[in-house]
Amino acid sequence: MPETLMAALDELDEAYQRYATTPEFQQELAALHRFYTGRPTPLYYAERFSRELSKGQVYFKREDLTHTGAHKINNALGQILLAKRMGKRRIIAETGAGQHGVATATVAAKFGLECVVYMGEVDMARQALNVFRMKLLGTQVRPVTSGSRTLKDATNEAIRDWVTNVDDTHYLIGSVVGPHPYPKIVRDFQTVIGQETKAQLAELTGRLPTYVVACVGGGSNAMGIFTPFIPEPGVKLVGVEAAGNGLETAEHAAALAKGKPGVLHGAKSYLLSDPDGQILEASSISAGLDYPGVGPEHSFLKDSGRVEYQTVDDQEALAAFTYLTQTEGIIPALESAHAVAAGIRLARKLKPDEIMVINLSGRGDKDIPTVAKAMGVEL
Amino acid sequence: MNGVALRFQELQKTGRKAFIPYIVGGDPDLPSLPRVLATLVENGADLIEIGVPFSDPLADGPVIQAASVRARQAGCTLTKLLATIKPVAVRLPVPLILMVYYNQLYLRGTPRFLEEVKAAGVSGLIIPDLPPEAAVELQELAAKLGIALNFLVAPTSKEARIKMAAAASTGFLYTVSVKGVTGTRTSLPPELPAFVRRVKDISPRPVAVGFGIATPEQARKVATLADGVIVGSALVQAITEDPELKKMALLARALREAI
Repeated sequence: MPETLMAALDELDEAYQRYATTPEFQQELAALHRFYTGRPTPLYYAERFSRELSKGQVYFKREDLTHTGAHKINNALGQILLAKRMGKRRIIAETGAGQHGVATATVAAKFGLECVVYMGEVDMARQALNVFRMKLLGTQVRPVTSGSRTLKDATNEAIRDWVTNVDDTHYLIGSVVGPHPYPKIVRDFQTVIGQETKAQLAELTGRLPTYVVACVGGGSNAMGIFTPFIPEPGVKLVGVEAAGNGLETAEHAAALAKGKPGVLHGAKSYLLSDPDGQILEASSISAGLDYPGVGPEHSFLKDSGRVEYQTVDDQEALAAFTYLTQTEGIIPALESAHAVAAGIRLARKLKPDEIMVINLSGRGDKDIPTVAKAMGVEL
Repeated sequence: MNGVALRFQELQKTGRKAFIPYIVGGDPDLPSLPRVLATLVENGADLIEIGVPFSDPLADGPVIQAASVRARQAGCTLTKLLATIKPVAVRLPVPLILMVYYNQLYLRGTPRFLEEVKAAGVSGLIIPDLPPEAAVELQELAAKLGIALNFLVAPTSKEARIKMAAAASTGFLYTVSVKGVTGTRTSLPPELPAFVRRVKDISPRPVAVGFGIATPEQARKVATLADGVIVGSALVQAITEDPELKKMALLARALREAI
């Protein structure tokens, strides 16, 4: 990280330790989750999906039903409460699919803070609906035209803005990436997903799941649902990266499967870069998974073996998207469709008394144009 | 003593302030590099910084970003850049410093990177995204090989961080003049004199100021405060506007005279 930001990162770390653990902060966040976000989100038993594919039971954690349509709101709310307490008047964020941008624009509107969201030009084209949503919410969306014009470059531009406006600006990072303390803060604010899942499943079945499955771009929804299950040795945790056009091609976003350790955006993690250290362009049909790095804690969990990471390519994700839509009447985000696809593979392995939970991190409304295009349909 | 520290010692003996131009290696192409370096020396450079083009230069503004893209499109890689520097470095009377983003060094492996850099005749490194606390192994190995490390301090750095960066720097302490990325500014920040004095008071190392210095007038002011003046984007822009290098030579000469 540039030296200019080191003081701001220290300040954030201190503020997080000082405020976030207090009962007053926790109560404010819990009330917002209940009345604004719509938490707890349901843990839904997918009866038809289970019967058709499995001897066991498959549940979906319905983050797609939150206000703004994805898990990103959990972290955006938590961080904006911190930013308010730190006296910041301006919020900046990067976004890929636009879900984090929309969540940030939403909380900025609610709390009356100025908001600027950086978004790659390529992503703006494929997520035009979310761009307009952000604008309606009063946020300025700044197109990023450098590099691959996707999430990585939007992050570079947000960092450049932060370096310039560090005194009055909070950088609201959307995933478990970036410099310390962000990976920890974002994970903590997302852990509500896993805590609810554990309690809901205990209430419904009295048991722990055999599998918990989540997609991984930067990896915030996965860290959120995995974290409470990490100390449970009987629970198999499966993270799913985007294989894009295939792992054998250069067009994928599977940093854990195909990357090497490297340093990007202030974090050491598995990273797609060439032998000279140039960062490679990631590729996936889902803009939210289109990042050449991954959260440092995922890198640790891969090395420790606690989480198994798999990959799903664009075609398999699209097939899972259609399948879930037509068996359960739930249209998942393309990001989440990667987790669904891995869940379809794993469902066959479930024994009659075994349970799998798939994190449905977001809803697919934003992806309808992309899916139509992939199917050759003109809207 | 490493080449960078030695150069500052020589300059201080004669009461001269260092003029440190920055250019992006391989912009507009690698074959131009020897001529760019020679022209800078002819026009009074005391040390030269060469930026290694990178895919994600997050400390850099639009001018250096664009130069980085051009250099990479023209085929500049770290390996080719070092190969181009090597025959030139031995003949140049000024120390060369590479400005390199950390992932490029990390992927090479610190020991191998330092050995290759040393073999190419490079005297020092600036790593704009690596704070000193994350550079323990690098400090040990660089000291063994006599490669100067030049860490950065910014207007947001508190005293403890300035002390740490100064202690870790074996060449000069790179003092970032503004909150922001590299690039020309119409004026220097009003807090700059007080900030540079604060850094000078703390640092036992020479202090060079960079970011946002573009004109001879700005360079003159900074030279009254610090031991060295770093100018990047304005020179990079001049190379782009005139590949014959006349414009860059004129600007370098004017900066030299102002400093």
